[in-house]
Amino acid sequence: MSAAGSLLTLVQQSHSVLNPAGPQTRMIDRLWDAMYLTSIVVFVLVVGALLWSAFRRRAIDDPPQTPAREQSLKTVVAGATGLTILVLLGFLVYDVAVGRQITRNPGAQALQIRVTGHQWWWEVQYRDSIAKDWATTANEIHIPTGRPVALELRSTDVIHSFWPPDLTPKRDLIPGNVNSLWFRADSAGVYRGQCAEFCGQQHAKMGFLVIAEPPDRFALWLARQRDTAQTPTTDLTRRGQEVFLGSTCVMCHAIGGTPAGSRIGPDLTHLASRRTIAAGTLPNTRGNLAGWILDPQRIKPGTRMPPNQLSPADLHALLAYLETLK
Amino acid sequence: MLGLCLGIACEREERNFQGIPPSASASMPPVRESELQPGPPTRSAPISGPYEENAYGVSQGKTLYNQYNCSGCHFQGGGGIGPPLMDADWIYGSRPENIFETIAEGRPNGMPAFGRKINADQIWQLVAYVRSMSGLLRKDVAPGRSDDMQVRPQEQSTPKARPVHSALPPASERQ
Repeated sequence: MSAAGSLLTLVQQSHSVLNPAGPQTRMIDRLWDAMYLTSIVVFVLVVGALLWSAFRRRAIDDPPQTPAREQSLKTVVAGATGLTILVLLGFLVYDVAVGRQITRNPGAQALQIRVTGHQWWWEVQYRDSIAKDWATTANEIHIPTGRPVALELRSTDVIHSFWPPDLTPKRDLIPGNVNSLWFRADSAGVYRGQCAEFCGQQHAKMGFLVIAEPPDRFALWLARQRDTAQTPTTDLTRRGQEVFLGSTCVMCHAIGGTPAGSRIGPDLTHLASRRTIAAGTLPNTRGNLAGWILDPQRIKPGTRMPPNQLSPADLHALLAYLETLK
Repeated sequence: MLGLCLGIACEREERNFQGIPPSASASMPPVRESELQPGPPTRSAPISGPYEENAYGVSQGKTLYNQYNCSGCHFQGGGGIGPPLMDADWIYGSRPENIFETIAEGRPNGMPAFGRKINADQIWQLVAYVRSMSGLLRKDVAPGRSDDMQVRPQEQSTPKARPVHSALPPASERQ
């Protein structure tokens, strides 16, 4: 993908609670609208009553307090209190009803995806009946439109929280515990998500993309992700693979079809097919990748990836190899 | 009093994210394992590990110990395929520079050389953690809790060991 294309995708992605793209966020959006409009009415009434009482003219011979007047004042205050309680109770009932609908089990036809939170990136695994067919990627969740997706949320270190605001409410990822969540995207698009629970120094740069595609395009994508990585064909990319396998990369990263199988960092089997690197921090371009490999601590201070010193020729070969991992 | 508390707290938590790239790590001065040498005695200045008094570095070492699969052979310090690390017995020396060399250059009978695969900074973190396992670090620096259940006491409550410089096991045992 060209640099301009990647930048364009970064700009086009949506990240807003006011732009619901799934059934659950649409329900929440309606609840929010109802609360907002009711609050406007209440605000106008209260401020109106206040202004009226502040500016109304009193007659000079205003009648003194009488029991009948006292009684009518009591009725007004009791009525206003009762109305407030009724409105709040109404919201409570509406809110609980929405909460129940949102968490209802989507059924067996849902696509099963396991999302694991790491400091500071997301591991995404598409489960299958055969373990060999599991597809692993990172920081990018492709989903088919119109089909519910059931997520199994885990964490390896601290509590993270999964939140693409267009598609679903937040759900925490808790170490030692499995949480679940489902959502559905009704229209194709790129939706940005973000970790919503403070999880350490680079919490703010722990983003991800949810890419909703028509089911046939999704099936093609998934089939390619299940494949092992392409074998290098040119001398340059072969040298790049040697650099990868012979240096620090191999201690943390995996590339399917090579001896590299470590699961500490993101799986790089199809790195070049992803739109961003470093958990949604930078567009996936050759220059950004080079900067990230040489000195990731300058881009994300505290990230687990250590700086690497590579000769220019080795770096060139490594980048050429990584770019073939479509 | 407050100043004193703050002063003590700062000392344990220095963080260095920049690290030293692995290819720069080969330039370690030669490390000696014993006092035996030809000619008159000469003393080389001891090299001190940068994370010996750094709680953050030691806890990073503890994470890396599992992530880089040191535990695959040494287990949680009790040894199995590789020798135990939580006892007082050291085959190749207990000083930080000895352990650095063991990790970076490898040792006979199965210890691989991690020198070009792990950067020097992380090796020093592993060195500090390995030393904490047998109580060679200050108590307030050694890790005080584990994320998973452990069968041994915390590094922090490990009694300070007196390192013994043992010889290699006999050839028959090494098979």
